[in-house]
Amino acid sequence: MSQPSAAPAIAMRGITKRFGNVVANDQVDFSAAWGEVHALVGENGAGKSTLMSILAGLYRPDDGYVEIDGQPVQFRSPRDAIAHGIGMVYQHFMLVDTFSVAENVVMGERTGGVSLQLPRVEQRLAELGETYGLEVDPRARIWQLSVGEQQRVEILRLLYLGARILVFDEPTAVLTPQEAHSLIRTLRGLAAQGFTVIFISHKLDEVLEVADQISILRRGRIVATMPAQGTDRRELARLMVGRDLAPIVEDPAHSPREATITGDTILSLRNVTAIGEKGVPALKQVSLEIQAGETLGVAGVAGNGQSELAEVVTGLRRTTAGAIHVAGRDVTNRPAGEIARAGVAHVPEDRLATGLIGSMDLSANAILREYGQPPLAQGPFLSSAAVANFTDSLIARHDVKAPGRWARLRTLSGGNQQKLLLGRELSGAPRLIVAVHPTRGVDIGATEAIHAALREQRARGAATLLISEDLDELLALSDRIAVMFDGAVMGIVPARGTDPEEIGLLMAGVAPEATAHG
Amino acid sequence: MAEPGLLRGYRIERVPSPPRGSVAIITVLSLLAALIFGGLVLALSGENPLTIYQAMLSGALGNWNGVAETLVKTTPLLLAGLGVAVAFRMQLWNIGAEGQLYFGAIFASWMALYLAPGAPGWLLVPLMIVAAMVGGGLWGLVPGILRAYFGASEIITSLMLNYVAILFSDYLIHGPWRDPQAFGFPGTPAFPDAAWLPRWGTTRVHLGLLFGLVAALLLWFLLRRTRWGYEIGVMGENPRAALYAGMPMARTIILVMALSGALAGLAGMSEVAGIGHQLQRNLSPGYGYAAIIVAWLARLHPIGAVLVAFLLAALTVGGDQLQMSLGLPAAIAPMLQGTILFFLLGGDILTRYRLVKRTPALAAVTRENEPA
Repeated sequence: MSQPSAAPAIAMRGITKRFGNVVANDQVDFSAAWGEVHALVGENGAGKSTLMSILAGLYRPDDGYVEIDGQPVQFRSPRDAIAHGIGMVYQHFMLVDTFSVAENVVMGERTGGVSLQLPRVEQRLAELGETYGLEVDPRARIWQLSVGEQQRVEILRLLYLGARILVFDEPTAVLTPQEAHSLIRTLRGLAAQGFTVIFISHKLDEVLEVADQISILRRGRIVATMPAQGTDRRELARLMVGRDLAPIVEDPAHSPREATITGDTILSLRNVTAIGEKGVPALKQVSLEIQAGETLGVAGVAGNGQSELAEVVTGLRRTTAGAIHVAGRDVTNRPAGEIARAGVAHVPEDRLATGLIGSMDLSANAILREYGQPPLAQGPFLSSAAVANFTDSLIARHDVKAPGRWARLRTLSGGNQQKLLLGRELSGAPRLIVAVHPTRGVDIGATEAIHAALREQRARGAATLLISEDLDELLALSDRIAVMFDGAVMGIVPARGTDPEEIGLLMAGVAPEATAHG
Repeated sequence: MAEPGLLRGYRIERVPSPPRGSVAIITVLSLLAALIFGGLVLALSGENPLTIYQAMLSGALGNWNGVAETLVKTTPLLLAGLGVAVAFRMQLWNIGAEGQLYFGAIFASWMALYLAPGAPGWLLVPLMIVAAMVGGGLWGLVPGILRAYFGASEIITSLMLNYVAILFSDYLIHGPWRDPQAFGFPGTPAFPDAAWLPRWGTTRVHLGLLFGLVAALLLWFLLRRTRWGYEIGVMGENPRAALYAGMPMARTIILVMALSGALAGLAGMSEVAGIGHQLQRNLSPGYGYAAIIVAWLARLHPIGAVLVAFLLAALTVGGDQLQMSLGLPAAIAPMLQGTILFFLLGGDILTRYRLVKRTPALAAVTRENEPA
């Protein structure tokens, strides 16, 4: 499968793509050689996904063109791109749960007439799996597979369709550390066989581990392309944002962690059990405590009960057993409003679905917690003047970039939406903060602001339940980290001095005893 | 992602906030298109479209009599339309305004004929208003409770209750409440004079119109300036955020359905006390259903409902005049009304959504890139 060619496998020349007034890609030149893993890094909104969507045939560039092996090509659709050997693995898999692996693969095929010829496909998939270290049972149904296996199906599908250039959009975001390592080995293996792998990520450690070459996009432009050898996280981060950052991970030795903890228990859960959306137990006998001034991080692969944990604590989901106390008061199965009034702030998992109203203006969003209290409420009426003041001061205090309080919330960027929400939640000096993925989908600048706000609250003496899939974030902000697997707390470890690998094993459901023996 | 061939290469996208200018232009263009289309049909059936349109316009708005009749029809459309709008604001699809209107009329008649027939007007009219709002409110409460506590679709329950209400009204006027002096003609006895709403000069325009205008202003204020109105807005736009904020969902559903029914009930009262002066058959020619169109075209805005109700009333009156003055076949007027409504609603969709040309499978990637 080696390509004896001097021309780069893929070259994008002078690519420009605009969406309305926004220039997503500005005269981008990007190329990758055969047999190379090329990482594409940049902040949210830097234009990575747009650039790769052009490569994969989803968008057509306004200007510029794509070359494969030195030959200019034009794609009208993803199928065209695949026909030229370019395939993309998305973050959200495009698989039909109830179909088998082989059936999912043939969906992308347009040859062979009416008959699916599944046995032929299954055999071919087994061969491919063996060759490239991507073993999956071709007859298994998708829902029976783990997330890592489903991702392998996506890769197999592209290989089956003849792709030689594989684009991965943040492929490790959904994986456990072990699965991520396995994926990285697979990608290296593919590169060694002559494939070109383009790897979009914002996890710099991973990028340094997997990539041969790294290109950095900032505001739609490529600002640097360099070999992975000889660079480091700090340089990459600086190039991504165009300035030096506060280190993402605090130096644990200098962190005044225990200093803020006063010993008063703010949140306590005793054997809390709850049923999830699918009618199966989502929380199993969860017990934990958080003290004033303490941050408890919750790690785990998505879907292991973290969301439900936040929901039972904030009153959005009923428990079926167990007790929850906030500052000594029993709030088990109390309405969300009452729990909020007991001093619980909630930065929910999906801000637009739960914590904000996208179609309403900023003031309607700003007053969501306080609208029933004076000065906003004057008896049954709302005071327009007080609402305006309240909103304006929230916007100013939390540096929310918005045209004004009358703007519809949905028109703000994710980071500014989150700053407004966080500001609203923190304005009442809460005793407990439940923050779920507080920085998901926000840019680095806003991430810093959000982290600073959470640290400030901790210093003030608030207890924090921080749920995140970003281990760096958890390590940087938490005093202790609870790891959840399959609805249960697998273990609670100190954030300082714990090997991330150990957290990874807990996330994969390997109990500490088992690690000791294995 | 499969789409009908017509839309291949395009997708439909919601317009976040349609600019007012384009709304006006599209409305005018829709009207024009409707008139051209209707004109074609008229010409094909051998009529002169211009004569007919002129007759419609002058019938509805060309003289004081026409304007007055238009205002008479505006009244129930407005009141019931406000009721529908407040429920729709909360995404409660109350399509039972017709039944709620009937129940308001029944309760108002009960008050006027049996509970307080001797009361003076300054007392009887307010009593009838209260009775009608209670009656319509109760009729809205039933689907509200079923929805709030049992999750039953209010679309189905409120619609079915329409038939119950109309048949119950028929039962009353054929049975226990029938006027013994009406020679078997179905209908209650006439209300006492004190129950008649005052009229404006010699026209049939009555005090009910004022009820409608006041209700529109109050509703606007309620939605815009009160805590309860804010809660209704949040619950309608994002029920999960309402739950998150601890708003009382079930209670508000019930109260909003009751308010919605009460406004429709008031429409029923204003019809019996302002026009018929008795409870009779076919009290409403479908005001409760037309109210849905009023609410929708007004974008659920109380002040907008005033305008839309007036336009819809003009359309109805113009059509009726056509039948009387030109002796046209009875089907012509409803055909034109239907055409105009159809085009207006179609144009309305154009202001809310737009067609966007897409590169293939763009939908997939926009879904990916949508901010979380």
